[in-house]
Amino acid sequence: MKSAVLVFPGINREQDMARALTLASGREPAMVWHADTALPADTDLVVVPGGFSYGDYLRCGAIAARAPIMDAVRTHAAQGGLVLGVCNGFQILCEAGLLPGVLMRNSRLKFICKDVHLRVERSDSPFTRGYNAGQVIRVPVAHGEGNYEADDETVKRLEGEGRVLYRYCSPEGELGEDSNINGATNSIAGIVSEKGNVLGMMPHPENHVEDIMGCTDGRGLFAGLAEHLKSAA
Amino acid sequence: MSKNEPQITPDLVASHGLKPDEYERILKLIGRVPSFTELGIFSAMWNEHCSYKSSRIHLRGLPTKAPWVIQGPGENAGVIDIGDGLAVVFKMESHNHPSFIEPYQGATTGVGGILRDVFTMGARPIACLNALSFGAPSHPKTRHLVSGVVAGIGGYGNSFGVPTVGGQVRFHTRYDGNILVNAMAVGLAESDKIFYAAASGVNMPIVYLGSKTGRDGIHGATMASAEFDDSSEEKRPTVQVGDPFAEKLLLEACLEIMRKDCVIAIQDMGAAGLTCSAVEMGAKGDLGVDLDLDKVPTRELGMSAYEMMLSESQERMLMVLKPEKEQEAEAIFRKWGLDFAVVGYTTPTKRFVVKHGGDVMADLPIKELGDEAPVYNRPFIDTPKLPVIHARDIEAPLPNVDALEKIIASPDMCSRRWVWEQYDHVILGNTVQRPGGDAAVVRVLDGPKGLALTADVTPRYCEADPFEGGKQAVAEAWRNITAVGGRPLALTDNLNFGNPERPEIMGQFVGCLRGISEACKVLDFPVVSGNVSLYNETNGRGILPTPTIGGVGLLDDFTKSATLAFKRAGEAILLIGETQGWLGQSIWLREVCGREEGAPPPVDLAAERRNGEVVRGMIHAGTATAVHDLSDGGLLVALAEMAIAGNIGATLDAPPPSIVPHAWWFGEDQGRYVITVAEDQVETILTKTTAVGVPCVRIGATGGDALAVAGEHPVAVATLKRTFEHWFPAYMRGETA
Amino acid sequence: MKARVTVTLKSGILDPQGKAIEGALKSLGVDGIASVRQGKVFDIEIAGADKAKAEAALKDAADKLLANTVIENYRVEVVG
Repeated sequence: MKSAVLVFPGINREQDMARALTLASGREPAMVWHADTALPADTDLVVVPGGFSYGDYLRCGAIAARAPIMDAVRTHAAQGGLVLGVCNGFQILCEAGLLPGVLMRNSRLKFICKDVHLRVERSDSPFTRGYNAGQVIRVPVAHGEGNYEADDETVKRLEGEGRVLYRYCSPEGELGEDSNINGATNSIAGIVSEKGNVLGMMPHPENHVEDIMGCTDGRGLFAGLAEHLKSAA
Repeated sequence: MSKNEPQITPDLVASHGLKPDEYERILKLIGRVPSFTELGIFSAMWNEHCSYKSSRIHLRGLPTKAPWVIQGPGENAGVIDIGDGLAVVFKMESHNHPSFIEPYQGATTGVGGILRDVFTMGARPIACLNALSFGAPSHPKTRHLVSGVVAGIGGYGNSFGVPTVGGQVRFHTRYDGNILVNAMAVGLAESDKIFYAAASGVNMPIVYLGSKTGRDGIHGATMASAEFDDSSEEKRPTVQVGDPFAEKLLLEACLEIMRKDCVIAIQDMGAAGLTCSAVEMGAKGDLGVDLDLDKVPTRELGMSAYEMMLSESQERMLMVLKPEKEQEAEAIFRKWGLDFAVVGYTTPTKRFVVKHGGDVMADLPIKELGDEAPVYNRPFIDTPKLPVIHARDIEAPLPNVDALEKIIASPDMCSRRWVWEQYDHVILGNTVQRPGGDAAVVRVLDGPKGLALTADVTPRYCEADPFEGGKQAVAEAWRNITAVGGRPLALTDNLNFGNPERPEIMGQFVGCLRGISEACKVLDFPVVSGNVSLYNETNGRGILPTPTIGGVGLLDDFTKSATLAFKRAGEAILLIGETQGWLGQSIWLREVCGREEGAPPPVDLAAERRNGEVVRGMIHAGTATAVHDLSDGGLLVALAEMAIAGNIGATLDAPPPSIVPHAWWFGEDQGRYVITVAEDQVETILTKTTAVGVPCVRIGATGGDALAVAGEHPVAVATLKRTFEHWFPAYMRGETA
Repeated sequence: MKARVTVTLKSGILDPQGKAIEGALKSLGVDGIASVRQGKVFDIEIAGADKAKAEAALKDAADKLLANTVIENYRVEVVG
């Protein structure tokens, strides 16, 4: 797995992500500066990590989405390359037009950092093949604006095409207002692009890959990606 | 020497907070009337915050040395050696008054300032803590202040990208007009790559880095009386705004130029920004400094020398660079989009010379600016001792389990989840123990070492008996670190008190410091950094004396740490340490009987140490499966917290007949822990503890889904949990007072 | 009646948001931007037809809630 982690000013979970990728694949990702215009040759996974790019001062992800490196990311995605955006990365991918919809302010209006449960909706995607469909995993969230919204038609399409991969749920896998920590439409925590090669998600699987954090449920996502890329090679 | 500056008048001197005798001292020192800019510089250097004039002689008594201390007080932060070529850099600092005026920005700039103190020394911040004291929940401003301060702390730390892992939140009417926001930052550096403030070498470029300078934070009262400009009030902001994004860039840029070996000296521009930082760099290096203010990046038009020297704009640094590395350093700063300007040079003259628009605006002896600051030995009176309250003289108005529910539902004792869920506490992926335990534990790099971090003080004890209260604050920090398996190494103190010009307040200060010193000595737990915040007083009423202690401990192997949650049913529960049933100043007395009275529990430091070492040993050996220190609320509250965290109940034996039950369950005797162990270990442990003179008794067993106290009705753990979690969110929603 | 309350930072107060947006506009090649300061706009429906009363109410609203007058200014316009 040759991965590239994008680094924008104000991004702050790039090291967490690099550690998770290294653990899963045995290979350190390339760290790519926002002002660069090309990805390293043969990159097969681009990761847009979490943080507060440009302070998130205009809209979350808005300024980073217009950085020079993003053209290369668009080309990579158009050619079917894998792109993973987590938290601020999800927001950046939405602002960049690589994913539909927008992440609004949490319905309870506060930044929230806690472990949440996610239901894995299908296991036939490169981003979920490390899990079983219907499996419930526990990973942390840490965001103030993660409330996924899109127009009705878009939501209908996402649901119809099975593009919702992760949903907030109870420990038992039930959906509901209590477990939908940010008020997202249909408890959406993560979606993929039409071709299924771009995933955006709010929670941080990269923070649950080592025993020290008390839970390793995030490993499946990275292990699945590594496996997918290995079998594709 | 300067044009367009106001005349120096007695009123102007007074409005700068300088007393007549202090002004006389200035005249004697420089042999003439100072210019307006010079007066501003003196007022900044000689105020309480920079000069520690009321506290200095007392601070000298603190133990600050140990073989593992690399840098004690006097630099931006303290530094300790943790082996493997690594050092921990940490400090706590208050931002009390600004947070009361504008809670969000006050708190953000507090966090920003302390983070800068840490990375200025070459350390990457790895954790933040904070200790917050608010007024009574019923006070009309409290909710707004809690909301703003918590959002501000989160807003800065979350964006900057450092986990906020622990702290304290309390409420008391004595903080109604003076809240306390004490922020602590902890960073990690290579022990041979620590950077200091002292400049060295003549004619070295002094470089300004970071954000531009505005009129932020220039003292309101000073400005109002200056009358040298008729522009509107609006041009005279005194509230600083934090920019965590700029600070994150400053961090990365600073660490990058430090790695490239460009830096000779570095100093954060904190209070009285350019003045303090430039003077300190020169004075510490026995050098003079020439500044050219025309080179200072500003974001407002027409700033005067006076304003530039006193501005407290955030996210700025001053550095002395190796001349041959200047271009390389500049390129790095430009890459991160930060301002970079050579604003002066070091000189051999030991004078502090400030030029602006071709004029010399200040020309002062640099050493004397700092060293000749007034030092006061203010009169103090010892706090009178309060009577010891005997448990037998007090009847319990409630059954003990009902009292427990009342206590864990109270503002000071309920869960702080509402607060710490707004702080990103998992970023960096090293948070082994998250908020809610005795101390936070963070992994060091890839392990196996870990740090145990805590912030503690019990202000009501300090008020009742400053000496015992000071001891207790240190002992509790030591105990919390021990309770997770850490070896306490050093501490930072943030001393918040009222008006030192009142002898009884000065008495509190002196008493607390004596207690802190004593505890530091006995526990081998030196002070390596700190901050003093005085004049926390409104309408003649001071805050509770609040010397917050930020403790740092080391775990050689973070996997050998303990948490407070009950782990499994059928384990024995042991109480370690002596229980007399001390009810004076206890939470029980206050919350259940409505009395804040009596002498606080004394701290037997030798027993503290003995008990703690035994507990730590059991954690490292893996015998103790859960550990919790006993503090506010005493034994039953600790047991409830352990049950709630583990979602496992317990059956508790009746108290020994020698003690009245409510004093057994709620007394706040010091130096105690509750631990759980496998049943088959109990005998061995009792034998061993007896042999070393550590009191240890079996008090019950884990199991079931209720806390069942002998002779009282059982209460479900689920009920306790609901009660424990209720108050904070309900209060913040406006549902309770 | 319709009204608009515009809240802006007092001049001299640092505006990190404005600064970041300004930088992004420059890097996107939008020419001629000297500086950016950002603020908030509140569009408010007023019950009743008394303009003076509406203005007083809006000022009250801005003082009490919409603006943080320690660091922000506001402007009230009743659009009619």
